[in-house]
Amino acid sequence: MTITATPISKQFTGNQVVSLDTIPLSNVEVTRDSFKGKIDPDWCPGCGDFGVLTAMQKALSELGKQPHQVITISGIGCSSNLPGFINTYGMHTLHGRALAVATGMKMANHEMTVMVTGGDGDGFGIGGNHLMHTMRRNVDLTYVVMDNQIYGLTTGQTSPTSRLGHQTKSTPEGNIENPINPVPLAMVGGATFVARAFSGQQAHLVDILKQAINHTGFSIVDVFSPCVTYNKDNTYKWFKSRVRKLEDENHDPTDFHAALDKGYEWGEEIPIGVFWKREDLPALHQLEPVLDEGGPLAYRNLGLSKEQSDQLMSEMM
Amino acid sequence: MTKPQNVSVDNKRTVDFAVAIGGAAGQGIATPGNILARIFARRGLHLNAYNAYQSLIRGGHTFLTIRASDAPVLNMGDALDVMVALNQDTMDRHLGIMPVGSSVIYDEAKITPNDTPDGVQLCPLPIKELVGRNKLAANTVAVAVVLNMLGIELDDLADALERIFSRKGAEVVESNREIAERGYEYAAANFDAFTFAAPRLSKGLAVVTGNEAAGMGALAAGVKFYAAYPMSPSTGVLMYIAQHARKLGVMVRQVEDEIGVMNMVVGAAHAGCRAMTATSGGGFALMTEAVGMSGMLETPVVCIDVQRAGPATGVPTKTEQGDLWQILGAGQGDYPKFVVAPRSQADIFNTIPELFNLTDCYQCPGLMLTDLLISEGTATVDPDELDWQPNINRGEMIFPNGDVNANDNPYGGYNDDAYLRYENTESGISPRAVPGVPGHIHVAASDEHDEDGTLISDEFTNPHKRRMMVEKRARKMETSIDAVEPPQLIGVSDAVATLVGFGSTWGVNVEAIEKLESVDEIIVNQLHIKWIVPFHVDVVTSILESSNKIIIVENNYSGQFARYLRSETGIKADAFIRKYDGEPFMPHHIVDGVKAILGGETELYVPTHEIMV
Repeated sequence: MTITATPISKQFTGNQVVSLDTIPLSNVEVTRDSFKGKIDPDWCPGCGDFGVLTAMQKALSELGKQPHQVITISGIGCSSNLPGFINTYGMHTLHGRALAVATGMKMANHEMTVMVTGGDGDGFGIGGNHLMHTMRRNVDLTYVVMDNQIYGLTTGQTSPTSRLGHQTKSTPEGNIENPINPVPLAMVGGATFVARAFSGQQAHLVDILKQAINHTGFSIVDVFSPCVTYNKDNTYKWFKSRVRKLEDENHDPTDFHAALDKGYEWGEEIPIGVFWKREDLPALHQLEPVLDEGGPLAYRNLGLSKEQSDQLMSEMM
Repeated sequence: MTKPQNVSVDNKRTVDFAVAIGGAAGQGIATPGNILARIFARRGLHLNAYNAYQSLIRGGHTFLTIRASDAPVLNMGDALDVMVALNQDTMDRHLGIMPVGSSVIYDEAKITPNDTPDGVQLCPLPIKELVGRNKLAANTVAVAVVLNMLGIELDDLADALERIFSRKGAEVVESNREIAERGYEYAAANFDAFTFAAPRLSKGLAVVTGNEAAGMGALAAGVKFYAAYPMSPSTGVLMYIAQHARKLGVMVRQVEDEIGVMNMVVGAAHAGCRAMTATSGGGFALMTEAVGMSGMLETPVVCIDVQRAGPATGVPTKTEQGDLWQILGAGQGDYPKFVVAPRSQADIFNTIPELFNLTDCYQCPGLMLTDLLISEGTATVDPDELDWQPNINRGEMIFPNGDVNANDNPYGGYNDDAYLRYENTESGISPRAVPGVPGHIHVAASDEHDEDGTLISDEFTNPHKRRMMVEKRARKMETSIDAVEPPQLIGVSDAVATLVGFGSTWGVNVEAIEKLESVDEIIVNQLHIKWIVPFHVDVVTSILESSNKIIIVENNYSGQFARYLRSETGIKADAFIRKYDGEPFMPHHIVDGVKAILGGETELYVPTHEIMV
């Protein structure tokens, strides 16, 4: 089957604003299956990432999103293969760079719902610099980190979230470096929605993802997603006996200092849930006057009018 | 040492003069430089200005050369006619190179000339008396004196002062105007004017740097997303676009590093924007993995590498053509790309829309190689040379156009399987749907992928599919050679030698060839290469096979272009003229090199830069 591409000049005439909202939708009802990808996941049986994928599909369908209005952008790693397993637009980018690519995507088409997926190595290791700046910019992305505290795709080396003493193939005598705690890191870095969840608690994860997607601004959900093959320390059982829902203890997610204290709690009990959120800060695309009207940048007409170019030329004369 | 002279070889050229202003960074050299350049250009004079400066904000030595003529000026030239010395250091460095008939302007209270060469007119100015209480106006006096000696009416300066100082209020404008008048009259009474007068031509010209030209070209091409990290000498592009972005609906982002820049540009380009960045070699080094991703995703991006002297931090404020192999080898693996090296500011402007059309049509990265010389260097451009409404061809793209009807569109509903983003077409070019179009959902993957975007790199690895996709991407470029203009021989075909260069050496080679003919009666021609990838192997080979002597001129140590030429054509050049001291070639450097080579003295000529900047 061949597709005839329409030259852009024929697509955009005059000052017509093209917006996702003006595109006719299919009559097909959106269900969880609408978000089922072309191929089945190639993760190890029992991998925590299955639960995250399912929860994302549920969250998106329950929110009534249309698959073509969503793009899932990942870096590199086991969990970063996720875009191939979900029926949304997708990008499988470079190791650590998903947030930078996603920022370009979101700013070029701010009407798309942009999901970013990846692992702890991708986001907190090689991609750490982009994470810091994406948070402070408050880019309207939903960042789902499948945190398994190990480098899985490279067959089991230490990661930035590996606990002290963790024996891995690159730390056979035990890890001597302090791990990153993503929750306080994200709070201090300027993320406006910070949550932690557990792949083994599906309903709770779906609820948190829905809140994160609905949040306008940078939301990060650090999901414990056990690596059943290479991390024998942080298993389903290990997490199941420790996680404790913040929702059950009247935590106020608008109390920054309380949230920070909760974020640091780590031991026999580990809190999960929405730690921190603030709604008062506009997201980057809302601050950008270029996006005030005219629809997504990506759909706009190209080129300058004679009047515009005459003005530019006159400045040089 | 004999001092080189500017030689008027073009019959239409009646004047050809160069003004230099030297001082410490922070002494305000840019303002008088801009005033002079604008005055010359408004009179219709062509000019070329080069600022030799150092990587510091205050102090050091900065030396701006503005060469003007009533015919096109393609480089800074060989000699100065006027030098304005703003400090003793400038006087000490450059008085010795001033030729017979030239003049040197300076503040007599602060600067002392030593060992003045014969035939140089010293023009000491009583700056304190002339400026009165407006101590900031010393440079205004110097400009007025220069204009008087060039026979340019004071009214031109008054207009320029009005434009430049109007922001600071009428009082400042008036004070500068009065001071200019006093300087102008003082020069008339005390100094000899030049034997020529700068003419006024019918048509005014525009004054642009190459970086501004790149920004202008990007706007004309429809760039909607520009991201960058500041890096000399490319920052001018960011500043130009940022200044005009809001009004023209362009998004500009300053990113945390060049890795982020290129990844962001790829993201915006994938969304459907024309997206661009500019950097220099160090920044480009950080971008290269994502440039390769642009090749793998088949997402078109444009990046300019404004070369400076490397490696590492190198010499941030000095020019070089040392990144050719970096650009050629950017990113791991095989992937198609365009590499173009424009020859001038106007060429940069007009090439950017062309490069965007090519990258959109062929769905791959487009890389532009310029250098500090032409990107920070200023030149006049005839406004008619610039095509502000270029043809925009986005190739095979699928946008949401409001016509997508779920009932009768084969890609309606959620039947995304019908669309193959990486369809293995005969041309290798697969129609590109941007995100947001119903029925065209796909994954753009930096892992090797199947026609529908499915990753085949891990579990599904399949050598036949991998080969198919490698060949599909490569096949796209088979027709690309016909899409770019072949190089042409400049000059007569039976010359004794052919100068071969790429990018910014075009202008200096043109003038060197004119000089060789008019002064030494040596006939040399030039083959200038603009399109590096794809490379017109057949055209270049046929031209060079009939050359009597191939001399490659390039601004680097190892002969990067010579090696590239040999790798593509098998042609080994006969001789080489190279420069790698951070400063650009001057015409006489090429002239001397050609003569030394033709005289059998050497096969590799490396000129010594006489101006200590």
